[in-house]
Amino acid sequence: MKAKVIITPKAEVLDPQGKTVQTALEQMGCTGVSDVRVGKYIEIEMDGDHDEVKAKLSEYADKFLANPNIEDYRLKLED
Amino acid sequence: MSSDPSITPELISEHGLTAEEYDRIKEIIGREPNYVELGIFSVMWSEHCSYKNTRALLKGFPVESPRVLVGAGEENAGILDIGDNLAISFKIESHNHPSAVEPFQGAATGVGGIIRDIFTMGARPVCAINSLRFGDLSNSEVRRLFRGVVSGIAHYGNCFGIPTVAGEVYFDKSYEGNPLVNAFALGVLRHDQIARGAAKGVGNPVFYVGPATGRDGLAGAAFASQDLTEKSAEQQRSAVQVGDPFMEKLCMEACLELLATGAVAGIQDMGAAGLTCSTCETAARGGTGVEIDLAKVPQRSPGMTPYEILLSESQERMLIIVEKGREDEVKRIFDKWDLPWAEIGKVTDTGQMVVKNHGEVVADLPAAKLADEAPVYHREAKEPVYLDEVRSFTLEAIEDCDDPKSALEKLLEWPTIASKNWVYRQYDHMVRANTMVNPGSDAAVIRIKADSVPGGDEREDFPEKIIALAVDCNATHVYLDPYEGSKASVAECARNLACSGASPIGTTDNLNFGNPHNPELFWQLKESVRGLSEGCTAFDAPVTGGNVSLYNQNPDGAIDPTPTVAMVGVVEDEAHVTTQWFKDKGDAVILLGEPVGKGDTLCGLGGSAYLQVIHGCKNGKPPVCDLGIERTLGTTLLGLIQSDLIKSAHDCSEGGLAVALAESCFSELHGRNTPCFLGADVDLSDIKDVRSDALLFGESHGRIVISTSDIDAVKTLERAKLMGVPAQRIGTVGGDQLKVKLLNGEYAWEVAGLHDLWWNSIGNAMA
Amino acid sequence: MNFAVLQFPGSNCDQDCAHVLRNVMGYPTRLLWHKENNVGDADAVVVPGGFSYGDYLRTGSIARFSPVMGAVKEFADNGGFVLGICNGFQILCEAGLLPGALIRNRSLQFRCEHVYLKVATYDSPFTSQIPEGKLMRIPIAHGEGNYFCDANTLDEIEANDRILFQYADREGDITDHANPNGSLKNIAGICNAERNVAGMMPHPERAAESALNEKDGRLVFESLIQSLNPASTTA
Repeated sequence: MKAKVIITPKAEVLDPQGKTVQTALEQMGCTGVSDVRVGKYIEIEMDGDHDEVKAKLSEYADKFLANPNIEDYRLKLED
Repeated sequence: MSSDPSITPELISEHGLTAEEYDRIKEIIGREPNYVELGIFSVMWSEHCSYKNTRALLKGFPVESPRVLVGAGEENAGILDIGDNLAISFKIESHNHPSAVEPFQGAATGVGGIIRDIFTMGARPVCAINSLRFGDLSNSEVRRLFRGVVSGIAHYGNCFGIPTVAGEVYFDKSYEGNPLVNAFALGVLRHDQIARGAAKGVGNPVFYVGPATGRDGLAGAAFASQDLTEKSAEQQRSAVQVGDPFMEKLCMEACLELLATGAVAGIQDMGAAGLTCSTCETAARGGTGVEIDLAKVPQRSPGMTPYEILLSESQERMLIIVEKGREDEVKRIFDKWDLPWAEIGKVTDTGQMVVKNHGEVVADLPAAKLADEAPVYHREAKEPVYLDEVRSFTLEAIEDCDDPKSALEKLLEWPTIASKNWVYRQYDHMVRANTMVNPGSDAAVIRIKADSVPGGDEREDFPEKIIALAVDCNATHVYLDPYEGSKASVAECARNLACSGASPIGTTDNLNFGNPHNPELFWQLKESVRGLSEGCTAFDAPVTGGNVSLYNQNPDGAIDPTPTVAMVGVVEDEAHVTTQWFKDKGDAVILLGEPVGKGDTLCGLGGSAYLQVIHGCKNGKPPVCDLGIERTLGTTLLGLIQSDLIKSAHDCSEGGLAVALAESCFSELHGRNTPCFLGADVDLSDIKDVRSDALLFGESHGRIVISTSDIDAVKTLERAKLMGVPAQRIGTVGGDQLKVKLLNGEYAWEVAGLHDLWWNSIGNAMA
Repeated sequence: MNFAVLQFPGSNCDQDCAHVLRNVMGYPTRLLWHKENNVGDADAVVVPGGFSYGDYLRTGSIARFSPVMGAVKEFADNGGFVLGICNGFQILCEAGLLPGALIRNRSLQFRCEHVYLKVATYDSPFTSQIPEGKLMRIPIAHGEGNYFCDANTLDEIEANDRILFQYADREGDITDHANPNGSLKNIAGICNAERNVAGMMPHPERAAESALNEKDGRLVFESLIQSLNPASTTA
C-alpha cells in the first residue's frame, strides 16, 4: 500500500523558507497569497492492511519522521 | 542487441564523432563497431576525455622539478614532495556546461569530482578553492546561476567536510549564458601511500564500490564537448548528475582505510564517462585487459541497457582492483561503512576491454588504443582581427581622471573587485581546524598536521607543514593579449603566494576557451599556453595536471579566453605567514616595484578595471609582464618576510594601487560585523610625468604594497634596492581616512565608507 | 582522565575534537564508532560537528538512533558529562537529552564566520573556567543553527539559568544584528536541568590553538577538565 506522510512546520515556528516563497510569488504577480508554509512530503510503500499501516506509520512518524518539537504531520493512506 | 539502433551517419554525428574518426575506429578494431562500442568511443574520444584538440599544445607545459613524484598526465592528479616523506596531490577541474543547465547540482558534482580525483591518488583531501565567472550581476538570470552555483559548492564541500579556503569570482558580460565553475582540491599523503589507477595483476578481481548506477549524466562527457545552445541545454537536462556528498565522505573514508591494508592493486574513480573510462584507463595503464559483466553492476533504475550502464555518470563510484585472495578486506571495510560493493570482473592479459552482459559479450575493444590513441588534431590558428583595434588603442581619447574620489568608490563597488564575503561566508572555511589564513587575504594558508595524513601519522614530532594557495586569472588581459595576460596570471598567483610568505612549488591550470574549430579562438589557446608555460618555468612551479574546457560559447559569442591558474606554495615557518591588512598606527607604507610599468604607452591602463568601469571601455594592450622582474620581486619580498621586517603585504592587481591601498586599510575582519579599520596617509607627489588615473588605477605588474614598523622602513628600502627592486616609502599608517596626495591634488576617503561599499556590494545586488 | 569523541557516518569534526583533547589539552582520547553500545571508561563524551547521515530528513534525526546514543543517554543519566558541538548539539536535541530543536538559519544560507559570545552563566562544567566578563570569539559554521523551543520550555531554561552562551556584538551587547541565525534570545548554547549535558553551535575545537591565532575555545575544554578533576593541570 502507498502511504503518504505530509510534514509541516508547527504554526508557531518561524518558517523563513515559507516567507521567502511567499515574497517570490508576490513579486511574480501572484495576488491574494496570505500565507505559505514549506514542509516535507514522504511516500512510503508498505505491506499490511489499512489499520496495520496506519498504526505502524503513526508510531514512526511520532518517533522519527517528524520532530514533534517543531513539526506536525498527517497521514494519507491509499486503499 | 537487436533493439539497439543501427549505425548511420546521423547516429555517428550525434555521438560527436566525425566520419574520419569513425573510419579510424574501424581500422583500430578491424570491423564495424556495434552501438555500445560506438558509445564507448564517443565518450573516450570526446574532447573532455581525450584532449584531442589540445594534446599537442599541452606538451609545451613545464612538468618537471625535483619535487614531482607523479607528473602531469600520468594519473588522475599530480603529486609533489613537500619533505619528510610527505606529499601533496592537487588539481583543478571544470564543470561549466552542467552548471549552466542546473547550477546547484552542476557545481556540487564539480566539487565531488575533483575531490574524488584526489583521494583516488591515496591522499586525504584537506582543502578546496574555486574560480567562478558569471555574466553581469544586473541580469536576474545571472543572479540565479550565481546563487545556485555558490550554494551547490557550499552544500557539497560543507557536507563532505572539506574547508573551502580561497577563490575568485569575476563578473563579465562575456560569460552570460556560459558560467565558468573551476573547482580545485588538495590532499595530503605520505610517499608510501601513493595509489595508482592501473589494473595490475592478471587474475585480480575488479570491484565496483559506491551507490547503484542510474541514468544520470548519460554521455555528460560528450555534452561538455559541444557548444551550449538552447537546444543542447534542453536535450541535456537529463545529463546533469545529482551529487551525494554524504555518500562521497563515506566512500573516501572506506577507500583510504582499504588502501592502508595493502589489498589494493589499483584504484580509479568513475568520473567523466563513468565505468567506461575507469575500466579502459586502468587496463591501458596496467598494460593489461579487463573483463567485466554488467549484470553484476548494481543498478538503480529498472531495465538499464548496456549502453546506459557503461556511459552513466552516476556519482561517488569507484573502481578498485584488488589483490587476489584479499577480497574479504573490501567486504569488511565497505560493510562497516554501509557502502554498496560488487565484484564485477577481473584483470586479464589480453589487453582488451571486454564487457559482458549476463555472460554475453556486448563490447570487445583494445584498451590501450581506446585510452591513448584518440586522434590528435593540430587545429588551425589565426591571429584574431579584433587585436588590430586593441593594439592601436591610445590614451589620447581618454581624459585624465578629474574625480579620483568617486572613481575609487565605483571600483570598490564593482562586483569583480568588491568583497566576496557573500560567497565565502557560505563555505565552511575552517573545518579540520587547519586554516591559518581565512578567505579575505591574498592567499589562503593551511597547516598540515598528523591527522591530515590518511590513517594519521605515528611520528613523535610530526613535521608539520604550511601550504599557501591562490587562484587567479585576469581574463580581460588575456582577451586583449593572450600571451601577456596568461603569463601575468601565473605571475599574479606567485605574487599572492609571496605576499603570504610562501614560495611557489607547483601549478595546476584550467583552460576555459571557446570552440577550437574557430582559428581565432584556437590562436588564443595557443598563445595562452605559451604564456603559461613561460610563467610556470620562471617560477620553478611545474604544471602537475589540469583540465581543458572547450566549446565555451553561446549563441552570442565566445567567452573571454580564461586560463585559470591555481598555484601552491610552501611557507617555511609559522612566523612567516603574512596577511594583507595594515597592522599598526605609525607603520611605514612602502611600494615595491615601479609605480608605472616602464615603456608602457598605456601606463598600465590597457584592459584595466578603471577603463571598463569609468569609461565603459574594454580595450588596449594590457601591461606587459616581465618574469625576471616578478621573480626578483617575489624572492626579495620573501627574504624581507623571513627577516621579520614585513607586517603586511598586498599586491596590486585589478583597480591598481588605489584599490590595493584601500583594501590594506579595511580588509581585516575580527568577527561578525566587526571589521578593523586603519587608514593611511599616502604621498605620491614625488612621482611626476604620470597621469593621475594611471598612477592610482593602472594595473602595471610587479608591484606590492607592504608595511613595516617605522624603525624598519629604512632597512627594508635598502635591502630591496640591493636586490634590484625599486622601492619607495609612500606613507604612514594611521587615522580614519585614506589620504592620497598626488602632484595635482589631494584626496581623502573615510575608510569606513569605502569598506561599506566594498563589503556590501554583492550582498546588496543579491538581496 | 580520558575522553570519548563519537563518530557517526558523516561526522567531520571528530578528528578536530580528538586533536584538541589529545594533543592540545593533553588527555587520552578515543574515537567511538556509532555502532558501539557502551562508552567504556570515558570520563566525558563529546558529540562532534559535521553532517551525520548527510543531515538527511532533519539534522541529527538519524544519528540519534545509533546504538552509541543509547549508551550516551545512560552515561548522562548517571551524571556523566556530555558536550555536543554543532551537529552534536542537534543530535542531543533530537535524542531528547536537551530540549528544543535547531532549525534552518533565518537567512536560509550556511554561515561560517567568527562570532562573539557572551557567557550567560559560569555555573556549569562547561563555562566555570571562563574569566568573568570575558567576551569569547569563536567560529560558527552551520546552516541549521537557529535554536527554537516553545514558550514554556524557554521560560524553564531561562528561569533555571540554563543558557550557557548568547550571540553578542563586539561590545558584548545581545542584539538582533549580532544574531547570525535567528536563534531565540540569541541562544548559542544551553545545558540540561542537571547541568551535565550541554550543547553549543559554535566550534570551540576550532578556537583552541595559537597556531591558528585562536585561544578562547580552550576555555570550554579547560572548564570541562577542571570540573572532572579540580586538581588537574592542562598541557
